[in-house]
Amino acid sequence: MTHALELRGVTKRYKEVTAVSGASLEVNRGEILGLVGPSGAGKSTLLRLIDFLEPPDEGATLVGGQRVLFGSAKAALVRRRTGMVLQRPVALNRSVRNNLAYPLKIRGVDDEQIFKRVDAELKRLGLADRSAKNARTLSGGELQRLCFARATIFDPETLLLDEFAANLDPANVAMLENQLKSYITVGGSRAVMIVTHNLFQAKRLCDRIALMWDGGVVEVADKKKFFENPENPKTAEFTRGDVVY
Amino acid sequence: MRLDLTLDWLDLADVTLLSLYVSGMATILGSAIGIPLGTLIGLNEFGGKGAVKTITYTLYGFPPVLSGLFVYYIFSRAGPLGDLGILFTPTAMIVAETLLVIPLVTGITITSVVEVDRNIKESIRAMGASTSQSTLTIMREAWVGLLMACMVGFGRVIAEVGAAYLVGGNIDGKTRVLTTAIMLETRMGNFEWAMALGAVLLTVALCVFFFMRKLQERELL
Repeated sequence: MTHALELRGVTKRYKEVTAVSGASLEVNRGEILGLVGPSGAGKSTLLRLIDFLEPPDEGATLVGGQRVLFGSAKAALVRRRTGMVLQRPVALNRSVRNNLAYPLKIRGVDDEQIFKRVDAELKRLGLADRSAKNARTLSGGELQRLCFARATIFDPETLLLDEFAANLDPANVAMLENQLKSYITVGGSRAVMIVTHNLFQAKRLCDRIALMWDGGVVEVADKKKFFENPENPKTAEFTRGDVVY
Repeated sequence: MRLDLTLDWLDLADVTLLSLYVSGMATILGSAIGIPLGTLIGLNEFGGKGAVKTITYTLYGFPPVLSGLFVYYIFSRAGPLGDLGILFTPTAMIVAETLLVIPLVTGITITSVVEVDRNIKESIRAMGASTSQSTLTIMREAWVGLLMACMVGFGRVIAEVGAAYLVGGNIDGKTRVLTTAIMLETRMGNFEWAMALGAVLLTVALCVFFFMRKLQERELL
């Protein structure tokens, strides 16, 4: 079976520090893969490598079974088909409406289509009354909702989420998680990878979970196995909450 | 009463307009070169980038008279572009003053685009922007700084006298601008006129900067 996404022995170094070390994993179509691990384990870096925001020092990234090189035309195309929410949500210095329109504009969608979709999405997000305000005036929760919508409004094939619901109240978390669930069910061809510190969230949302430790992927398993019968002692230690950061 | 080589009120309007024209054109041209150049330097990594930045910042202090001298040589009869016959015209003044604007605008642009939050830059790329789309979006994010670059550029040339005098020649009705007129009136002992011209110069600058500051404060939506 061809995986939506596959990493083979990917390594990323920043001078003396090895952020990601020989990481290998696959994400299948129609699944949500969770990436958990202690702070500084390399989860966010791995996500950035998958989105071709940074070049790896070693290893290969395969998309739809084909190797894609950083900086190639194919990598740019993959990035265009990938939605990403970064760990620290940020808004462009423009209105809420134009922030949401931005991903569509850079993809050459015509204005009429753009604002039809944007206005419908703003209504769904409960931000319609704030649409003309500068997005930097939004509250933390509103901004996170906006960033999630901005990453999905162009119907990406792959979605990469880095702590996409961190610091939100339960109602907002539920709202985003429901949106994520409806996103993944469309067509069965989409793939999602989420980085989270919240093991309950990983349990709620993910089909499989990977543990990153010290830059490496130490275990990838089905959710049930990951929590109940992990192979690697580190996984057991981590899920029990015994990890000393 | 009007003396030769001194100003009357009609001349004052001409001199003021020419000042605005020369400084405005130099700012526009200098910004048209400096903003893309600064963005290119600021957003890309290449060998010798530190040296390029140091040279750019050093040129902030480039003496106007040297810029004038350079342009004078280029456009003088013996110079490589002497055939164009533009020495002692507003065009030569614009060229000399553009050379003064470029380093300032380039340097401030470098700082402005570099200062755009790294997270915003990454977010723009993560949304799928191509290199050119990303660059334009970062420039928009750095809007306040880029406008500041233009303001500083304009401030430099509206108050400049050395280059304007050297390549313009301070010819009455042709290349006389506010600063060269102030110099002339002072030399002739017409201090009241010189002071009045100074006030006009400051008023012109005040109006331009007021307008630019209003632009700068505008919320981009």
